Amino acid sequence: MTPAGGANDFTIEPLGESVLLMRFGDAIDADTNARVHAAADTLRRVEMPGLIDLVPAYATLALHYDTAFWVGRNGDTAWQHLAGALRAVFAAPLRPEPGETRLVEIPVCYGDEFGPDLADVARHGGLGPEQVIARHAQADYRVAMLGFAPGFAYLLGLDPALQVPRRANPRTRVPRGSVAIGGMQTGIYPAELPGGWQLIGRTPLALFDAASPSPCLLAPGDRVRLRAIGRDEFDALARTPAP
Amino acid sequence: MSIRVLKSGLLTTLQDRGRSGLAAFGIGSAGPMDEVAFRLANALVGNGDDAAALEISLIGPRLHFGADAVIALAGAEFDAHVGTQAIAGWQRRLVAAGDILDCGRVRHGARAYLAVAGGFEAPVVLGSRSCDVNAGLGPLNGRPLREGDALPVVRMRDGADDTARAWQHVGSAHAVEAAWSLDPRPWFDPDPGHAIHLIRGRHFDALDEASREALFTAEFKVAPDSNRVGFRLDGPRLALAAPLELVSEAVAFGTLQLPPGGQPIALLAEHPTTGGYPRIGQIAAIDLPRLAQRKPGDSVRFREIDLDEAQTRYLRRERELAQMIEAIAKRLDA
Repeated sequence: MTPAGGANDFTIEPLGESVLLMRFGDAIDADTNARVHAAADTLRRVEMPGLIDLVPAYATLALHYDTAFWVGRNGDTAWQHLAGALRAVFAAPLRPEPGETRLVEIPVCYGDEFGPDLADVARHGGLGPEQVIARHAQADYRVAMLGFAPGFAYLLGLDPALQVPRRANPRTRVPRGSVAIGGMQTGIYPAELPGGWQLIGRTPLALFDAASPSPCLLAPGDRVRLRAIGRDEFDALARTPAP
Repeated sequence: MSIRVLKSGLLTTLQDRGRSGLAAFGIGSAGPMDEVAFRLANALVGNGDDAAALEISLIGPRLHFGADAVIALAGAEFDAHVGTQAIAGWQRRLVAAGDILDCGRVRHGARAYLAVAGGFEAPVVLGSRSCDVNAGLGPLNGRPLREGDALPVVRMRDGADDTARAWQHVGSAHAVEAAWSLDPRPWFDPDPGHAIHLIRGRHFDALDEASREALFTAEFKVAPDSNRVGFRLDGPRLALAAPLELVSEAVAFGTLQLPPGGQPIALLAEHPTTGGYPRIGQIAAIDLPRLAQRKPGDSVRFREIDLDEAQTRYLRRERELAQMIEAIAKRLDA
């Protein structure tokens, strides 16, 4: 997909002494988010020096940078120096590298004990539980960002009929692997965490494993497809050690 | 050799300089709350800042040393003892095999770093030995030390490495008094009366007029439920002039967030990588070590600084700290 709008159409704002935010918009939408990922890809491709961490979010890309590397010259401060270098990188039209996006399939067992809020989500949307499952499992999702906790992926692409407010009383413990909806967002809890989203299913896959060299199943920008599975398959997959 | 934990203290964690490169996966840096004291503690025993040290808070641990070791405490002043001998901070000390170091209670400040020559050995988890208590990540799955833990120390090799040199410099066993100590004054300031510099955040202008005024004039206090993730600040409730619809984006060490309840939170070492609350300010990096030395109930007042000035002062501090660390290394080599 080619990002809509100019990839160099962004503003730069500092977040303290060693972080800059490139802002592409203010809302949750697929086009804005695609531009965030395209910008992150570009910075990796040009091997922009002096960067410590890139944090893509819905509408912004944060750059944690080495202030000593970008130390100011000609009266510029370090952040102005980096901001100038960024504008130079993005002055040329972006040529997105084709076909690099990963597609990850995630099996989900919906309802019953794994989806205590499925009935509420269905009622809220004027749908039956089976329709909620069908619509949730057939959408094309994209990992807009990770945050909140290690490996927690926010997925874009939720069917609007499934949007439902967060629970009035958040749970202190949401089980690991829970698939949930919060507003227009959907996501999967990578560990047992507190949470206010509505739980509709669970995956047997490990979304986060600190002992693995690639600890997170999902990366920013990944495409995600969910596959509805039954309890038998869930139990079988849950017993299978990760490859 | 290893160090056995006889008493854990209030919150004692292993920290190195923190994790980096994984923020895009929601994995935060953790690391020391007071980076300056941490780096100087390591420097005093001849370690680089990639070595792991113990961060001790308010009530320190009691530790049994299985072998001779060179140690240094830096940061908050603790009532630390080996037997009847007081162990002062900001200097290297020799602890002999069989000694018990009781770090005691804090006298001034909140946190200190106990570094040992060679560094604490612990599994590297996602690039770091730092414990992220909140995320349950790091050695010991990120949990603080508890009674009965044994902490291996990187073995001192015979020969010309830094550790052995440091050892020779201290001299023979039981020569516990160090020849010199570091003046903590430029590096450690536990006085809660000193203002903390704050840069206006993206949403500062969205505060109502009274809140904009209060942020830089009112007295806040570190709330009891503060931790390594952040300090909640008790004080006047702050409010936005009109509600904001925000989407999650990156936050940083020192970001001052305003949740709907109106009680600001200063995000610290274990802050999540992203957040969705209004960002009303950003604490100047030069003052983060100061804030980290405050305890629940301590006063916090903010004074405005602009970003350019804050960054200039931060770079100057980094240069001065690097010079100090270099001077310590020269002294150790002498």
